[in-house]
Amino acid sequence: MPLPAIASITHRISGVLLVAGAAVLLWLLDESLASEDGFNAVKTLADSFICKLLVWGVLSALIYHSVAGVRHLIMDMGYGETLAGGRTSAKLVFAISAVLIILVGACIW
Amino acid sequence: MVTSVTNFGRSGLSDWLVQRITGVVLLAYTVFIVVVLLACTPDFAEWKALFDQTWVKVFSVAAVLSVAAHAWIGLWCISTDYLVPYVLTIKFGPAVGAKANLLRWCFQAASAIVLFTYVVWGIQILWG
Repeated sequence: MPLPAIASITHRISGVLLVAGAAVLLWLLDESLASEDGFNAVKTLADSFICKLLVWGVLSALIYHSVAGVRHLIMDMGYGETLAGGRTSAKLVFAISAVLIILVGACIW
Repeated sequence: MVTSVTNFGRSGLSDWLVQRITGVVLLAYTVFIVVVLLACTPDFAEWKALFDQTWVKVFSVAAVLSVAAHAWIGLWCISTDYLVPYVLTIKFGPAVGAKANLLRWCFQAASAIVLFTYVVWGIQILWG
């Protein structure tokens, strides 16, 4: 599959994952605002490996989806609409997302 | 046959625009939350005080509504690309292909229920 096609299908997959991920984020917000116990529970929850992995997964999908979304906005403005431009920006999206995903992972752990 | 009856704005151009606007709202909200978490690492009182402010509540409700509209348009695009007779016949045979419209409507109905739940839940968290 060409790189822009991989960028496109990953954008779709991360979007579908985020529909489920939104429930995780809403649940964390609900707990953290409900009471001080809930807030602390969310913080301690963040100590368990599975929870860290889950939150990192949701944030990774969010990061990739956001970066790929910005690529669309830039293309809508008329930049990088050629085949070569599409390939270069797909590479950029992968590189920028990878760096951000690793940074967020470092913040979580 | 796929019709536009279940599409968000009943027009592809309208959906395109709504998808961009809600995307920008969600990007702004994401950056806002990330900055709050990184810059101040709030305790419970600060966190609660932040979400007690009207503008944060309004921004948050805008984000939740944007999720619903953005996800509906995205899921609609995906369902009308893949859950159609042509694709399902190739992948799973004519028996499944013949049920494509029913499958797509079920998927869209489930999506609508989930996203409506998010909107109600979000408002309940902020104003409940």
